Parts: sequence; structure tokens; C-alpha cells
Amino acid sequence: MTEPRNDDVLLDVENLTVRFAVKRGSTFGHKSYLYAVDDISFAIKRGETLAIVGESGSGKTTAALAVARLVEAYQGKVNLDGEDFLQLEDADLRKARAKVQFIFQDPYSSLNPRVRAEKIVREPLESLQTVPAPERQAIVDKLFTAVGLHPEQQRLFPHQFSGGQRQRIGIARALATQPELIICDEPVSALDVAVQAQILNLLRKLQTEFGLTYLFISHDLGVVQHMCDSIAVMYMGKIVEHADRLSLFNNPLHPYTSALLSAVPSVDKKRREATKRILIPGDPPDPLALPKGCRFANRCPAAQPQCEDSQPPLTEVAPGHKVACHLVDEKAVSPL
Amino acid sequence: MEPLLKVENLRIELATRDGIAPVIDDLTFSLGQGESISFVGESGCGKSMTALGLMGLLPEKVGRIASGKIIFNGEDLTTASEKRMREIRGNEISMIFQEPMTSLNPVYTIGEQIAEVLRAHQGLGRKAAWNSAIELLDAVRIPNAQRRVSDYPFQMSGGQRQRVMIAMALACEPKILIADEPTTALDVTVQAQIFDLLRDLRSQTSAAIILITHDMGAVAEMAERMIVMYAGRNAEQGPVEQIIDHPRHPYTRGLISCVPHIMAELTPERHELTEVAGIVPSLREFGKNQCLFASRCTDATQQCLDARPPEMEFEHGQRSACWHAKDV
Repeated sequence: MTEPRNDDVLLDVENLTVRFAVKRGSTFGHKSYLYAVDDISFAIKRGETLAIVGESGSGKTTAALAVARLVEAYQGKVNLDGEDFLQLEDADLRKARAKVQFIFQDPYSSLNPRVRAEKIVREPLESLQTVPAPERQAIVDKLFTAVGLHPEQQRLFPHQFSGGQRQRIGIARALATQPELIICDEPVSALDVAVQAQILNLLRKLQTEFGLTYLFISHDLGVVQHMCDSIAVMYMGKIVEHADRLSLFNNPLHPYTSALLSAVPSVDKKRREATKRILIPGDPPDPLALPKGCRFANRCPAAQPQCEDSQPPLTEVAPGHKVACHLVDEKAVSPL
Repeated sequence: MEPLLKVENLRIELATRDGIAPVIDDLTFSLGQGESISFVGESGCGKSMTALGLMGLLPEKVGRIASGKIIFNGEDLTTASEKRMREIRGNEISMIFQEPMTSLNPVYTIGEQIAEVLRAHQGLGRKAAWNSAIELLDAVRIPNAQRRVSDYPFQMSGGQRQRVMIAMALACEPKILIADEPTTALDVTVQAQIFDLLRDLRSQTSAAIILITHDMGAVAEMAERMIVMYAGRNAEQGPVEQIIDHPRHPYTRGLISCVPHIMAELTPERHELTEVAGIVPSLREFGKNQCLFASRCTDATQQCLDARPPEMEFEHGQRSACWHAKDV
């Protein structure tokens, strides 16, 4: 069954599942699996930004790695520009890889300390062979200017840069092959607040300049509302809510989203007075022994008996606003 | 009434390869009983150094208090003996560190680690200390404290470990609790729980809290007064609401507006974030007789480069060290 494809869509992920085999003492000879990402689907339009938010262990980074084929997906499709990225091999794969690049969280450990900055930025061009050798230096020069570094800094080693500058090198490297999709995995969470603003502004500037599409992974909701057009909230490997920026922040429907939003400390006095803190006691369930029903039910302040019986599907309750909760219907009213 | 803690013209020097650098330069503030104050600034601005200075935990042979006074309960800690400092530390002033993952000892159970504090400072016996440890774990809302007390740190989640750290810091009912970025390693929902806990414990024990953070949102929720540090100096201090509404130092203004905040009602338009260009100066620059923020400041004038700005007073005790504070 193929759905009609919107031409604007650059990345269309369908039913993606990633599982890891884990050893467990007693079940001798049997492997058990941890489903880090469990049957998620989302799409990003060309030139837009989708954020995946969630807490540690929610599967957001694993989902991003699977989209870039940096971990193996167990099931599902990743349609990139009309082809299934997960099925490609050899030369086709290399060509497609040039279209998907990654910016990593920690600019201290994601750059090889023994390699000069220019080589780091040139490396994707060499390994993916997208442009002939003589043209590569010109591209590196251009990228250094684009990310706000000086040309004379090309000869330096990573340790000679500050954290923000290193992240700029990481961004230049991601841009080298002229990708269409850039996956940003917590690109600013390791940086100082004042430097964060510099990098976020740079990412937005580059997006308009090069027409980039971002898949943005973050746990910082303030950053997310500033950077993204739509947002998917993950909890225990599932997408629990998926909506555009305004609907999600102004009318969160899933109790987990509401709890997440209410936990963010704010400088806005009006918001502090208006938000009621939604407490979610306890811990998430053991990912190896997931409950039959809704995975959030044991911490949910609005839980009903039916929530423990079956898993709520992700359903569209308002145009473009999907939520996986038994207690939300077409009226799109939060159960809280 | 005399405040609980009074820091006067504190100067802390670190010996570096390039010579002596003043990492804390002429810092003055006071803290009343049960008050909550927050230190804000980027890394490398001297927030943690202030905390270590108060605790008498400056790196040996490298850091020293060069001048100034730390008057706690009428006693000057800068001249106190090491023996006296040991009595105060963990007993009357205690500290929660940033990394709950690394600040617990992995080879002892958490019960033993909490009990150790009580045995050392309060002279409790093994049994009594162990029982208090259980009570403390209960107080920081670790479920099933009776059983969890014999767990090792690796068996707990990040949030739980930070609760254990808080239990340890509160074991002796300190008068001052210093929390050095207590939630940076934690998820937002866990952070909110830790803040709730600190707030409740503060109202129960009337301990004063010094919160070190870089998150203005956290400051707004947790503290009554704040001190903005820049390059070892006090850039601005005063009541939190007042500073957020009307910062009198360009650095404070930058810190507030460079972070995308979630506002009460989200609107479609998104402004470009205000950047504070550049980075914190290196230790070599510290101590120069000029405004150290001038190189990153959009409003800097010749005067800023010629001399260090004095602190100017505004209403409700807001003080700003900027030549142009009146116009900011």
C-alpha cells in the first residue's frame, strides 16, 4: 500500500523500529530484545525543521541514528527524496549518504584531535567522492567563511579552538557534501548559554542560505520552540504527540507533553503564574518489560482503567495534530 | 541584624603558568538566614570558585584567598584553622556537586556514605547513623528507603543519586547549602522534582541556599536575589525580578536575551536571538584595570577600556558594575 506522496516531503519515515539484543541470565538460548524505537512514523517537508524531543532513554537519538543508517533499523522505511534509504547498497548508498549529514552533540569528542581543521571538513568529500579532487579546497574555503571561521584557522588542530568554534567545524563538516537533510543531535547542549545563541543563529542562517532540512534532536524545549516548525514528542520509544509548533506549545494534548512543558523553568512571570506544575511521580517502566497498555499510564495523572488495557494508537485529532492517548478525542481537549 | 554570611572584598588568586590570576576579584555580598541567592554566569566566570572558597576547598598550593573576609556567624573563615574548617564543612555549610554520577563513591552503599557524615560530625554510633540515613532518604522522597539504603550508586538513576547527594548535604542540618549546578546533568522533569525538593527542604529547615547555575529560568524560579559574575567580578547583583525586568549591566541583558525562553503564549514570529559575541576572556586578562566585558559589549566606550567600572547603586540594592549602568 503506497500513500500518495507529497512532492514537498524530503524525508518520510514509516514504521521505523530499532531493537537491540540484550543478554538476560535465565532465558538460556533465547535472546530478548529491547525496542529502543518502536514503530514510529514521521515526515519532514523540504526546508523545514522537525524536532524530536524527549528525555534520556526515550529513543530520540536512536531514531536519528537509524534514519542516517548509523544504527541498523529492524523494520520500517526511510524514504529520502523518493528512494528507500535503508535498501540502498554500495555506490547508490554512497551517493545518498552525501544527502544526509550529522552534527553531533559533543564538539570535544566528535573531532579527531590529530587532524587539522581543514582536513576534518574535507574528509566527507574524500570518502564520498562527490566532487573531483581539485575542487575540494575551494569548497573548504567557502565553508569556513560560511560558518564564521577565519581562513587562517584551517591549519589549526581541534584543541586550539573553543567549544563554539569546534561546533562550527562540526557544522562545516556536515555541510561539505551539500546535503539536503542535516540531523542535529543536541547541537548546543554542551555549549555555554551565550555561545548557544551564536550556534542557533548560525544554523537558522544556513538553513535559509542553503535550503536545508533539519531533523533536530533536543531535550531543551526552549531551543526547540525557537528552531522548529513541527515537533514529535517521544516517550519510551513511541511518538506520543506530533504537531506543529504553535499547536504543541499552546495546546499540548498528551499528559506527558503537558508535564514536560510545565517542568521548564521560565523567566516569564506571566507564564510562571499561569502554568500549574504537573507532577509525574515515579520512573518510566523497564524497557525490557513494557506494560501491555499505554507506556505512560503508571505515571499519568489522568490515567483511567482502560489505559492499562491497550496501547493508544497515534491518531490525528485536529488538522496536523496527532496524539496517542485514549483520553483525547476529536474535540482535541487535554484530559488534564 | 547581622546577616548569616558576609563576604567582603574577597579576592581569590590562582597560580597559573602565566603568573598569578585573580579568579575572584573584589566580591562583596551577604546572605541572610533562610535566604536563597543565585550565582549566574558562563563557565570560567568564577561561580564555582566562589563556592570552593567558602567551603575552604580551594585547590591546594594553587589557589588561595589573597585578601578579604568571609564572615560566617561572626567568625572569619579566611583565618580559621584547617581543623575548624573541617568542623564547619558538611556540618554548617555543605555542598551538592554538579555530577551526581561521579560524586558518590561507587564501592560503598549509599547508606554507608550518608551515615559516614553523621558519624564524623555528630558522633552518632553505627546503628543510629544508619537509621538516620534511612530517615534522610525518606525525607528526600526516595521510595522504599528501608530497602534502597543498602543499594550501591550504580543501582540508582541520575535523579535518585542527586537526591542521595542532597540527603548527605542535609544530614547535619546545615545553615547554608551550596548547590553547584545541581541539575545540569538531569532531565527537565527530574530537574523540576529536585527544585521542588530543595524548596520544600528550605522551608522546613530554614537553611539558606546558594544556587550556582547558568539557567536564568532556574534562577527566576528558585532565588530571591542573584549575583551575575563575569570574569571573576561581580557584574550585577540585586533582587531577581527586578534584574530580569530591568537589567543594569549589558552582560546580564545578554544572558537573559540570548536564550530562547518559552513564553506564556507562543506567537508565530521568531526573533533572531541576541548574541553575546566572543567568549569569556582567559585567566591572563583577569585583574586588568578595565571593564573585562568591554571586548564583547556593544555599548563599550573608551572609558570602559581605561578603568574598571565601580559598582553603582540603584533602588532595592541593585548594584551594577558598568560605567553606563544608568543608560542600560
